[in-house]
Amino acid sequence: MEGLIAVLVGVLFATGTYCLLRRSIVKLVIGVILISHGANLLVFTSGGLLAGRPALVPSDGTVPPAPFGDPLPQAMVLTAIVIGFGLTAFLLALVTRAYEAVGDDDINAFRNTDT
Amino acid sequence: MPSFLVISLAVIFLASVIAPMVVRALGDRAGWFLAAAPLAAFGLFVSQAPVIASGASLVYEVDWFSALEASFALRLDGLSLLMALLVTGIGTFIVIYTGGYMHGHPQLGRFYLYLLAFMGSMVGLVLSDNVILMFVFWEGTSITSYLLIGFNHEEKSSRWKALQALLVTGLGAMAMLAGLILIGMVTGSYRFSEINGMGDVLQASPWYTAIVLLILGGCFTKSAQVPFHFWLPNAMAGPTPVSAFLHSATMVKAGIFLMARLNPALSSVGGGGLWEYMLAIFGGLTLLLAMFLGLFQKDAKSILAYTTLGVLGILTMLLGIGTEYAIKAMVVFLIGHALYKATLFMVIGSVDHEAGTRDVTLLRGLRKVMPITALAGLLAALSMSGIPPFFGFIGKELIYKAGVGLAGPDLIFLVVAFVGNLVMMGLALKAGVGPFFGKADLAALPKKPHEAPLAMWIGPAVLAGLGLIFGLVPFWVSTHMVEPAIAAIQGSTIHSLELALWDLVKPNLPLLLSALTVAGGCLVFINRRRFWAVADGVLARIRPLGAEAVYDRLFNATIWFSKFQTIRLQTGRLHDYVFFIVATAVAFLAWALFSFWGQPVSFAWASYDPLIIGIVIIMIVAAVVAVSSRSYIKVLAALGVVGFGVALLFAYFGAPDLAITQLLVETLTVVLFMFVVLRLPPLKSISKTRTRLRDAILASVFGALITVLLIQAVNIQFKSPISEQLAAMSYPEAKGKNVVNVILVDFRALDTMGEIVVVAVAALGIAALVSSGLIKRKEASK
Amino acid sequence: MKYFILKEASRVLFPALLVLSLVVLYRGHNLPGGGFIGGLLAAIAFILVGFGNSMKRAKDLLRLNPVQIMALGLATAVLSAVPGLLFNAPFLTGEWLPGFSLPLLGKVHLGTPLVFDIGVYLVVLGFVLHSTFSLARLADIQMEEEKS
Repeated sequence: MEGLIAVLVGVLFATGTYCLLRRSIVKLVIGVILISHGANLLVFTSGGLLAGRPALVPSDGTVPPAPFGDPLPQAMVLTAIVIGFGLTAFLLALVTRAYEAVGDDDINAFRNTDT
Repeated sequence: MPSFLVISLAVIFLASVIAPMVVRALGDRAGWFLAAAPLAAFGLFVSQAPVIASGASLVYEVDWFSALEASFALRLDGLSLLMALLVTGIGTFIVIYTGGYMHGHPQLGRFYLYLLAFMGSMVGLVLSDNVILMFVFWEGTSITSYLLIGFNHEEKSSRWKALQALLVTGLGAMAMLAGLILIGMVTGSYRFSEINGMGDVLQASPWYTAIVLLILGGCFTKSAQVPFHFWLPNAMAGPTPVSAFLHSATMVKAGIFLMARLNPALSSVGGGGLWEYMLAIFGGLTLLLAMFLGLFQKDAKSILAYTTLGVLGILTMLLGIGTEYAIKAMVVFLIGHALYKATLFMVIGSVDHEAGTRDVTLLRGLRKVMPITALAGLLAALSMSGIPPFFGFIGKELIYKAGVGLAGPDLIFLVVAFVGNLVMMGLALKAGVGPFFGKADLAALPKKPHEAPLAMWIGPAVLAGLGLIFGLVPFWVSTHMVEPAIAAIQGSTIHSLELALWDLVKPNLPLLLSALTVAGGCLVFINRRRFWAVADGVLARIRPLGAEAVYDRLFNATIWFSKFQTIRLQTGRLHDYVFFIVATAVAFLAWALFSFWGQPVSFAWASYDPLIIGIVIIMIVAAVVAVSSRSYIKVLAALGVVGFGVALLFAYFGAPDLAITQLLVETLTVVLFMFVVLRLPPLKSISKTRTRLRDAILASVFGALITVLLIQAVNIQFKSPISEQLAAMSYPEAKGKNVVNVILVDFRALDTMGEIVVVAVAALGIAALVSSGLIKRKEASK
Repeated sequence: MKYFILKEASRVLFPALLVLSLVVLYRGHNLPGGGFIGGLLAAIAFILVGFGNSMKRAKDLLRLNPVQIMALGLATAVLSAVPGLLFNAPFLTGEWLPGFSLPLLGKVHLGTPLVFDIGVYLVVLGFVLHSTFSLARLADIQMEEEKS
């Protein structure tokens, strides 16, 4: 089912990029969120997809029964999700402050902000 | 005790570091104290001379970065001993001289710092056995010489000329580095001592031509060979001690040194290969051009600069001719030149210092007021002219001996050498004799001259005296400096060398040529005013044709291009930056996918779980809504749908940890987003429809490429995944049954550590933003 | 009285979520869970109180400043790396105490990876609460503690 997920990832990247190209600062945050979803799924999928086979060692064994979902991309994506959340939180604080300082949500109004 | 190699290096660098403090404590007398460092190094090298003369070499090595073949390997052989003696010996007098010349200069400490750092780099360069280490020191000399040439940085022209020297030598060094790495790849060794034994391997390699051209790119720029010669006369912008040092024994000789160092590896066995002809032809051209331009100079320092250029040409040419006499001539000439050129520069510096001008059309008859300086200048000029019994004479004799040994078309080099030497003698007299003899006209000078202080005449006097002593009794120099150096350059031992003046007694062709040179040189000197009369016109006409004009044009074009692309690409508007970045990514991605195209992928839609198909369709719709809707509630809801959809996919495809994390994070994101949008104005559409269309097309292409990339990535497996080992070790080694968690907290815990640090830093950023916002608000409400 | 249900729910759910987060943290090494998930769960417990009651009440319940919690978490994580060094192994090498059995928990393995995970838990908890409190302040959400 990788093909289907690949299409989804492409849509997420496309919509996210389109948002990044907008001038409204809120759209930038939306774009970053969509692209992080896309990137997480990209890494997750590139290891290959297997339905319902988590990499867990059964209680009576020492190795997870093959086949199992690739745990390495999963570990990477897990940290990526949390970092993405950190980035979003920071961006939200930044956007709020920027709007307060400039009084406009058009990014082009941000060119002369040295006060 | 090879560790003395490191000690001698360390002493000089140490002196460099403490120089500003010493100057603060001792003032102008600091020079005498600081000169102890190069003098100590000189003493250490002299003490090793007998060992080197016996054919041995000293090695010191500390492992440094073995994975990159870079080790701190120093090696003292005949060639490096010769260079090290020149650098530290002349350096000692330069350091003393500086104290007098820059008497009371507020930045004297900084000057000594640069000068000694330069000297240390130069010593390191000649001692390095490791190629990479040599390159590091090579760049060290480029950078420190940049600082020295541009020392009077308040003047714009000074900065420009220093930058020119840095750019020309720096770009050459880049080419040279490529050449050195090619040598390393071909021979498998990064040690000069090993490379020089593998000349046959190098010459059999298809890379040989490229190696020669790249190495010469570095050497020709550093040693100012045509067409890179123009930076050297410009480097006169530095204070005179800099010129005296850089142009006599150091900077410009670095290129000659490296050519000599690599001569055993790159020269052909029978001679007459690419290496030989490149050196001989470019050296000869440099000599002729330098002599021609030198004729028209009126500034004594410029005259000396062009003679330096000429000497560099001769040395390169001799190395290219490569016969035993030629190499002998080169080594002797190198020593002789270092002695008289350092002297002459210091003499001119003293004259400039005391009389206030370097214009040779004004200077004359100074011998009465500056007797010691005048004597030093005279001795040096005679040595440079090749008059017996000076050391310079031996060098010139050897050049002619090498020349008459040539046959056929190669005889052209003898003609070139003859013309070069002839003009050089005229120039030597112009700079070293002219100012001191004739009828004095002290009133025409800006200052009333008197003899220079001790610090400023001791160096010229000693070095000029050595030029005479070496000529009279050449035995020690011959056995301890010349012969070992020749052995190192030729890569083989040589039979004993008769270095003597006694060839005088029997008439022969070289002697005749010498006599003709002297006569011609005197003729040039006597007619010097005729050249000066037309100088301005000739130089103005030549300038636009020269290599420097090309440099200027390239430089300006680079700046123009830089401005052009800055204005086009860095508009100050975020969406433009994003557009360019994404467009570039699209281009590279497309190129990469095109060139790595794998086999076509079958989608096999029928096998897909309808549940997943449904989820994906809902997510796609939600993503489009999140982009296009103007209501915050709808956008938030749509983002929530996408996020929860991702969590469902994680859950479905066997990643429970990810699913839970995604779920929780999604909840929190919606909460935070809600806080923020409450204060923001409603979304509105700003851009024009055309811009939207353009962005939509780019974004779609990017998305499509990502889709293709992912499909390819799933299908291409470069290496077997390491996950299997990780899963197999998880329970036995790390006592954990959840492999994902074991990777996070054990196998790759350092990554996780980095990640939580990043998160903490993000928190600090939020704290700063929020607190500054609250302060602003409080101020506004007051 | 506006948020009566939310307030009552948060009162009950807060301790339950907190305990759940600790359980998830502990069992994370063997079953889905771990420091990240545990920390997020605990943070949600506090945020629930923030919405149901007031952000101030949530801060009071936390006792420590969120930034201090993050610092504590980082320190814990770094500390877990030290035993490996003491045994002459590379930084962050897992070291384990001998396993033993406890009622309720069964066989127990205690080691530095768990300590590391506790550090992760604390950092995540501190970070989420810090950003939530900050953004709430910035958004001027007035959630004074209601007088009962």
